Amino acid sequence: MATEKEEFEPLIVGITCNWCTYAAADLAGTSRLKYPPNIRLLRVMCSSRIHPSFILYSFARGADGVFIGGCHPRECHYIDGNYKALRRIELLRRMLEQFGIEPERLRLEWCSAAEGAKYAQVVTDFTAKLKELGPSPLRSG
Amino acid sequence: MAEEKEEAKKEEPVEEPKIGVYVCHCGINIKNTVDIDAVRDYSATLPNVVIAKDYMYVCSDPGQEIIKADIREGKINRVIVAACSPRLHEPTFRGTCIAAGLNPFFFEMANIREQCSWVWEDRAANTEKSKDIVRATVARSNLLEPIEEKIVDVVPETLVIGGGISGMYAALDIASAGYKVHLVERLPSIGGHMLQFDKTFPTLDCAACILTPRMVDVGKHPNINLLTYSEVEEVGGSVGNFTVKVRRKPRYIVEKDPVTGAIVCTGCGLCATECRLKKIPNEFDLGLGLRPAAYLPMPQAVPACYTIDPEKCIMLTKGKCGKATLESTREAIKRIKSGEVTPEQVKDEIPLCVATCGPNCIDFDMKDEIVELNVGTIIVATGTDVIDPNLQPEYKYGVYPNVLHGLELERLLAPNGPTQGKVIIKGKEPRDIVFVQCAGSRNKQTGYEYCSRVCCMYSIKHAHLIKERIHDANISILYQDIRAYGKAFEEFYDRIKGEGINFRRGLASEVYQKPGSDRLVVRGEDTMLGEPYEIEADLVVLATGLRPADGVEKVVEMTKLAQSADKFFLEAHPKLRPVDTAVDGIFVAGCCQGPKDIPDSVAQAKAASSASLIYLGTGKAKLEAIISEVSEDLCTGCRTCEALCPYDALEFDAEKKIMKVNEAICKGCGCCGGTCPSGAASMRHFRDLQIYAQIEALTEALAPPS
Repeated sequence: MATEKEEFEPLIVGITCNWCTYAAADLAGTSRLKYPPNIRLLRVMCSSRIHPSFILYSFARGADGVFIGGCHPRECHYIDGNYKALRRIELLRRMLEQFGIEPERLRLEWCSAAEGAKYAQVVTDFTAKLKELGPSPLRSG
Repeated sequence: MAEEKEEAKKEEPVEEPKIGVYVCHCGINIKNTVDIDAVRDYSATLPNVVIAKDYMYVCSDPGQEIIKADIREGKINRVIVAACSPRLHEPTFRGTCIAAGLNPFFFEMANIREQCSWVWEDRAANTEKSKDIVRATVARSNLLEPIEEKIVDVVPETLVIGGGISGMYAALDIASAGYKVHLVERLPSIGGHMLQFDKTFPTLDCAACILTPRMVDVGKHPNINLLTYSEVEEVGGSVGNFTVKVRRKPRYIVEKDPVTGAIVCTGCGLCATECRLKKIPNEFDLGLGLRPAAYLPMPQAVPACYTIDPEKCIMLTKGKCGKATLESTREAIKRIKSGEVTPEQVKDEIPLCVATCGPNCIDFDMKDEIVELNVGTIIVATGTDVIDPNLQPEYKYGVYPNVLHGLELERLLAPNGPTQGKVIIKGKEPRDIVFVQCAGSRNKQTGYEYCSRVCCMYSIKHAHLIKERIHDANISILYQDIRAYGKAFEEFYDRIKGEGINFRRGLASEVYQKPGSDRLVVRGEDTMLGEPYEIEADLVVLATGLRPADGVEKVVEMTKLAQSADKFFLEAHPKLRPVDTAVDGIFVAGCCQGPKDIPDSVAQAKAASSASLIYLGTGKAKLEAIISEVSEDLCTGCRTCEALCPYDALEFDAEKKIMKVNEAICKGCGCCGGTCPSGAASMRHFRDLQIYAQIEALTEALAPPS
């Protein structure tokens, strides 16, 4: 188990929509942008598919951070799924605090299919933030 | 019935998973930063993985053959390729599975290139990340289910949005192949920006001479339903059967007989001659020329039907024109049409345009009309507009009348323009002319960072066209780079250099008026000589760049097409699918996808029509197979999902008190699954259990032992 903060490598579970943020992550790769290797993405078709339990389960399993990505407001491939995701996640954030999980461990971002650079930047920032916060209180490994 | 079948299918025993994992080197793309052997060996240890292999290029023919052989020999019934993004090769490998007789939804991609090998250089970290990704994919693969794809018939008609050169060519190709095309143009005539040009670079063809015959072809083609002065309002449905609403704005002049389709307005132009208003800036001439309220934007307009401008016509704005009122006009027209009176007898009761109109086609009561269409495919060709020159106030556009932008100069040069092709500024011919390149474009301050691709060549062309008219003109072109990249462009540039044009490297920093005169001074720095310059000019031309046309946001909202960072439409793949979009059955052509010249626009239009014709010709399209389902056993009928579904695809079964999915409407966002409190609503291929399994696999090392 990592004890020194410098050595701690957080694990981020990312769940993104197929059309925007997953495509942004692909573009970051195609453009050979660099960002820390701490995130692993799961793909769903729309950010509105992401049931809050997916996020809670990730934390319960010890993930240090959860990243949710969707399309920019008004650009959702399914009209307004991203607004629904936004509302759910803002509510969930309040609940996390009551479970003893810092709300900063959950991050929601909109990256369009053209925003590879934004995605790389967001993941870099989020990884740094999680290193600062240290391991999740629910992590045992 | 369908549901019962579905249930029955589920109960069929699904064969125990036998997973094959194929790790791709992708040449050196993955191999250089990921230990392929380690990932392959690790894969072999994962649950139900019976084969783990690596290959140089799995997507190649021999690579796919390896997979096919393993499926055919019964060794595997699930396939995982650890390689690039599913957005690139998932369709390829699904095809491989189909060819070998395996349901394509038993295929899964592990993205270790775009999201791993390319974004970090540490080999050890990348290898661990790749193992995690493969582990999560195997966990998911174990729980995959077969899905049957639905094939639908394609309505053999296409909608083309935009009647510029791209839209016209797309429409002509599809119509000539024998399919119906609805071409929607928001302005009164088709032709687009190309019709505003005098000559085209580098061949100096007369733009109108090569374009207007094609406009006539579009207007006369039996398979083209031309809807000008109209805008698309709504797009629904999906590939094969889009439902479209088009708003036809009232021209107040009847174009065609609604019953027979015969032409009513003959385009004689007497209404325009008689119109009391004569000094309305003509949009086609960018306000440099004038037109009446009853007008044809340009003499070659197609259709050759006049339009009454509802914002200017005094009858339409004030209800009165001369002695005539709307009321008296209505009455008089009735009597004229019944043959009771001649227009001459009631001339005080009607405006001059009505009095002079032979075919009696003016109708001030004309209203918006909504046309509903069903089409199989859509081609978006909404084009471009000029970047606002006011974004660079240092160039004083709009402050001094002798600062013009490129398209305005084009109208002065054009023989059908306000000066009949003479370059005249404030009543006289300019002698000293300065072109400022990259106005708006390649500039972080204006927000348009891209190169607009046509301005270098059009300024070079302009310089030549001015020299033709004003032999002793002194012309300077101030540039940062000359981009003469196209076929015969460099040769054209060379030729014009020989005509005594002064090319100076270094953009202008400021334009100001010479004190005590109306001449301008252009100031800047020559970056070749490393010294400042000041050039006097009678005319400064800003070579303004291109941006997506006004109203593009509305198209985005209706069609759900994605835009790139520069707000042009995003193609499905920048190299290999340049006219396809993220929405099946919708294609893009011309400048709406990015700035381009005429031949490139035409090429793209022909590509988009060819892509469209694949659907129209086969008459079949695959429907989205990954859609939602509601479990009858789990649904409590709380109806939470019903209100949230963006397509109203969930219906309440009042008898059973549970929700049902309308499969024809569901688009598969999975919002219902994201909200269902009892886990009853779920989405095929993205089931809760599949996603939990992925999360479990990713966090394997962190979780407390259960």
